[in-house]
Amino acid sequence: MEATQITNIAVDSATEHSAHSAHTDLRVFGLLTFLFSEGMLFVGLFTAYLAFRAIAPEWPPEGTEKLEILLPGINTIILVSSSFVIHQADHAIKENQLRAVQLWFLATFIMGAIFIAGQLYEYQHLGFGFTTNIFASTFFVLTGFHGLHVIIGLCLILAVLLRSLKAGHYTSQKHFGIEAASIYWHFVDIIWIILFLILYIL
Amino acid sequence: MTLAENSLNQINAPIAHSEKEHTPWWEYFTFSTDHKVIGIQYLVTTFFFYLLGGALASLVRAELATPDSDLLPPEWYNSSFTMHGTIMIFLWIVPAVTGGFGNYLVPLMIGARDMAFPTLNAIAFWMIIPGGLLLISSFFVGPASTGWTAYPPLSILTEQHIGQAIWIFSIIILGTSSILAAVNFIVTIWSMRMQGMGLFDMPLFCWAMLATSVLALVATPVLAGALILLAFDLLAGTSFFNPTGGGNPVVYQHLFWFYSHPAVYVMILPVFGIISEVLPPHARKPIFGYKAIAYSSMMICALGLVVWAHHMFTSGTPDWLRVFFMIATLLVAVPTGIKIFSWLATLWGGKLRLESPLLFAIGFISMFVVGGLSGVMLGSVPIDIHVHDTYFVVAHFHYVLFGGSVFGIYAGIYHWFPKMTGRMLNETWGKIHFALTFVGFNLCFFPMHILGLQGMPRRVAQYDPQFAEINLICSIGAFILAISTIPFLVNAVYSWLKGEKAPSNPWKALTLEWTTDSPPIPHNWHGEPPLFTHPYDYGMVDYAKLGQLLADHEASNLFPNH
Repeated sequence: MEATQITNIAVDSATEHSAHSAHTDLRVFGLLTFLFSEGMLFVGLFTAYLAFRAIAPEWPPEGTEKLEILLPGINTIILVSSSFVIHQADHAIKENQLRAVQLWFLATFIMGAIFIAGQLYEYQHLGFGFTTNIFASTFFVLTGFHGLHVIIGLCLILAVLLRSLKAGHYTSQKHFGIEAASIYWHFVDIIWIILFLILYIL
Repeated sequence: MTLAENSLNQINAPIAHSEKEHTPWWEYFTFSTDHKVIGIQYLVTTFFFYLLGGALASLVRAELATPDSDLLPPEWYNSSFTMHGTIMIFLWIVPAVTGGFGNYLVPLMIGARDMAFPTLNAIAFWMIIPGGLLLISSFFVGPASTGWTAYPPLSILTEQHIGQAIWIFSIIILGTSSILAAVNFIVTIWSMRMQGMGLFDMPLFCWAMLATSVLALVATPVLAGALILLAFDLLAGTSFFNPTGGGNPVVYQHLFWFYSHPAVYVMILPVFGIISEVLPPHARKPIFGYKAIAYSSMMICALGLVVWAHHMFTSGTPDWLRVFFMIATLLVAVPTGIKIFSWLATLWGGKLRLESPLLFAIGFISMFVVGGLSGVMLGSVPIDIHVHDTYFVVAHFHYVLFGGSVFGIYAGIYHWFPKMTGRMLNETWGKIHFALTFVGFNLCFFPMHILGLQGMPRRVAQYDPQFAEINLICSIGAFILAISTIPFLVNAVYSWLKGEKAPSNPWKALTLEWTTDSPPIPHNWHGEPPLFTHPYDYGMVDYAKLGQLLADHEASNLFPNH
């Protein structure tokens, strides 16, 4: 039998001592994996909403007015554009333009804050409260959870802005914070688009 | 064991390393980021919860020893089985097999220094303790009593409002911990394998952990969503799952089982991995069907996500949906059967070393087959409708979760205890532990099949006197099972402190964790991990030559200039 030979699958690499210390930055992979899981939370909530809606004899229930679409429409445009704005920062840092990064992040922060303000304004002018009926409850839970994620995104953007004040914290080579905040912001944006479609348009 | 195999002992020669290289005992009580410390923290912590869950089970069985509800007040009985199930699932099996064995073994098996995100790893562990203590705190205010499933509307209308709310928040904390751990495992297994180790060169335990982590990552957040809605119903007066307010309790059942069915694979897949690691070195044979076992883990992962409604055949599920879920459920038997037959083929004709790890592994295979067969029965709609919510179901899932998961965990502990602690467990006490566990387990759970087929409902404290004798047998089995943990605990504690010193490779195994010290140094290997063989090349390598290679490798790491 040939079995007396050791299957020498790694003798060559075993002498290479640098193989370990030099592994690549896995944080983006980790963040994307986590956001996939976070997305599943929304998938669960969306599914629940669609199920309640499918079962209900009338949607929204009798006596509840249909949702106003103008303000959330404007809000959608603001949030979707902010995703393009924050993307500019990703380009800028690769060319080491820290000042531009700060400007793009500040712009995104303001747009996100306007979105939240618009959301709160909408909440105050709705014809129903949290426990009025199942339509109202699902509306508040979905938009509320999304709003919470927008606020977390704003905190991340703020943290990047503060850190960027420290000289040399972000460079064209080392800027995971900027990348992470913008990936998170895109995620929040994608969730909103789905949410807007099934809550306001469908 | 042949003379040649003993040459693997060459690396067992005691080598003087500096004392600083060993993990001090107090580090196990700190926020350590070492994956080995975290793995042991998980195993020890969850074992305490196991004892608590076991004590609650003993209470339940004591009540059921007689037909009348005469030992516990009714609400205590309900709380006991609720907390028993919750603790065993969320605080024992899930964290022990993923956080415990996964953390300890995955980096060692793939030749990495640590997990991809060590701090995140520590955070995930330190969420288990507050989550568990929070759950235990509910004992002081009246714990949840609506079963581990917490079906509404019962869980919304329950008397134990606070206990139910604590239960929800505790599960959300534990679930978050599980998600963070899953992120870590996926990135680690995918990206941190040492040079020269492809996906199909890694030990099968790592494949199992990959499949498990994908399930936890996809399914756990959906449970979180369901529990958040349930919490609003319970505390804020919404009516998502309350029919009187236009809600629908069946929606909760779907969301709940979308997680909780995959959760049973989260609890069994890593144990499948443990068995694939334990059998080859103790049978001195290569694993049979490496790729078949690896792919079947991924197949179970995929199928596991589309079978959840087989828990809901009696919840008004329409016929076409029942048929879909029945077929999908029965299909799970295919990859599972592939594993079982591969293990049997691995054992076939092997030089079996019938010590505690192999005893528990063989115990696992035989008990899991019983649970698997009753699972196939329950997966078919007509039988399920007949025995739904009877003791047949209780018998089934204890055969897969105790006869499966817990036997596998014990096999893993006996196998890796020498590596983790640097001490051997006492073999005689190990055999006593196995015999008591095996007898107690079967005495307790096998008769439940009969009870179920005769129609005894589960989750009741009082039952028809015709079931009295069989129930008494079950209770006696349960007490034997409770006693069986004592020899294990004594053995583990005594051996850890004073046991015979373990060599670095007591089982003459070929996977990478056995190529370093017992216990391993903080960074796992002095130099590069010595990857010279595939993980299961038993009988296929020249052991003398391999021993020489390992010894040379070790020497070159100790005296790099030599």
